Amino acid sequence: MSLVVEKPGGRSLVQDGGRPGLAGLGVGPSGAFDRVAMRRANGLVGNGPDAAVVEMLAGGLAVRADSDHVVAVAGATTELSVDGETVLVGSAFPLPAGATLTLGRPTAGVRSYLAVAGGLDVEPVLGSRSTDTLSGIGPAPLGPGDVLPVGRAEGAAEPDEGPPLDVTTYDVVLGPRDDWFTDAAVDLFLATDWTLSPRCDRVGLRLDGPALERAITDELPSEPCVRGSIQVTAEGLPIVLGPDHPVTGGYPVIAVVVDAHTDRLAQARPGDVVRFSRVAAST
Amino acid sequence: MRLRPVGDRALLLDCDSLDEARGWHAALADADAVMGARTVLLRGEPADLRALVERTAPVDLETVDARTVEVPVVYDGEDLDEVASLTGLSADEVVAAHTGSEWVAAFGGFAPGFAYLVGGDPRLQVPRRSDPRTRVPAGSIGLAGEFSAVYPRSSPGGWQLIGRTDLPTWDVRRDPPALVTAGTRVRFVVADR
Repeated sequence: MSLVVEKPGGRSLVQDGGRPGLAGLGVGPSGAFDRVAMRRANGLVGNGPDAAVVEMLAGGLAVRADSDHVVAVAGATTELSVDGETVLVGSAFPLPAGATLTLGRPTAGVRSYLAVAGGLDVEPVLGSRSTDTLSGIGPAPLGPGDVLPVGRAEGAAEPDEGPPLDVTTYDVVLGPRDDWFTDAAVDLFLATDWTLSPRCDRVGLRLDGPALERAITDELPSEPCVRGSIQVTAEGLPIVLGPDHPVTGGYPVIAVVVDAHTDRLAQARPGDVVRFSRVAAST
Repeated sequence: MRLRPVGDRALLLDCDSLDEARGWHAALADADAVMGARTVLLRGEPADLRALVERTAPVDLETVDARTVEVPVVYDGEDLDEVASLTGLSADEVVAAHTGSEWVAAFGGFAPGFAYLVGGDPRLQVPRRSDPRTRVPAGSIGLAGEFSAVYPRSSPGGWQLIGRTDLPTWDVRRDPPALVTAGTRVRFVVADR
């Protein structure tokens, strides 16, 4: 009961629901960047929503089944084939013993999620099978020849939830440190069409655009941050933190992306336009 | 203390001092609170968290029964002489200062199990190295600014290294995996060679 990696593709990692609640130990949340896509893939094959999957950046993965499995791929729009026969993203299909599933390069989005009925059963670390690329906790990135054990399939498949949010405008709550910037800089932050930089990974996505001017130029004492926190670097440019973010940071956070909009960031491509829209903090 | 928003799933308690933040952190320990240098982060529905904070008072630190960890150190770090010259102390006086007062873990970050220790001898405040090392061995004892720390695992690092310990401060197979977390008191002692 396993899948064998023939080609790891761009960068393929095992991810699940991550390690929430361990920030006090210095351990970040990690977990799937696009949780919506992970949960869709898991639902299609009857897994619990946070069962371990393969998260692929830029496709290119090829895996062979060593026994009969049922699998599904969700997330980026990508050509898929089983032994040369085309199959569809967003549907469950059999992967018989000896058959090889191959992913092409995404034509929309960048991250794909491969779920297998039963879930990947690699050894958990601190309660999760996720690879934290910042700290190195969890399984190593997939390489050729890696064998991924598969758990026992149990649940019934759930219907697809429909397409993901198509977001280029991300809702943000200003703060906690918007007052460390000039009013003009906060207005500029909300009015700018930011461009996603090529320097993007699971730790953070850098944005290119105008520099944001600080009102307070002191050094910020390190404070805890979350997935979606938008730090502004010393050069005045924003970085949106991803699931492998450090647990504390010393750059002021001008705003935080609302949780439900952080998944779509996982599918943004370098060069994409990113806009922020202010929503009120709940009280 | 004032509350600051952190998106729609968290809340930040912004305190005037580290000690005030520690008092809140101790009071909110059951709520999975995370320490910063002057702040405490709570996760959950912001409205629920505001209500929780409203019915909570910070703990008097004098009453907190904190765990104390003794860390045996061989003081032969590569930067010991540099620290001595930066502080105007002799190498022996640096060691005496480092072992002479109790430190306390203020907050974590940088790496799993890495804790920023404060409360040491103020004469030991030194800048980070202008040229960070690409690899600092696990167990190295560093100084930077007002902080000291034990590197829990091998990593890059820019702190001034004054010694090393064999005490494992991070082990994912141990529960809890981090030996030192926010609030833990740390006493450095000279190790028997």
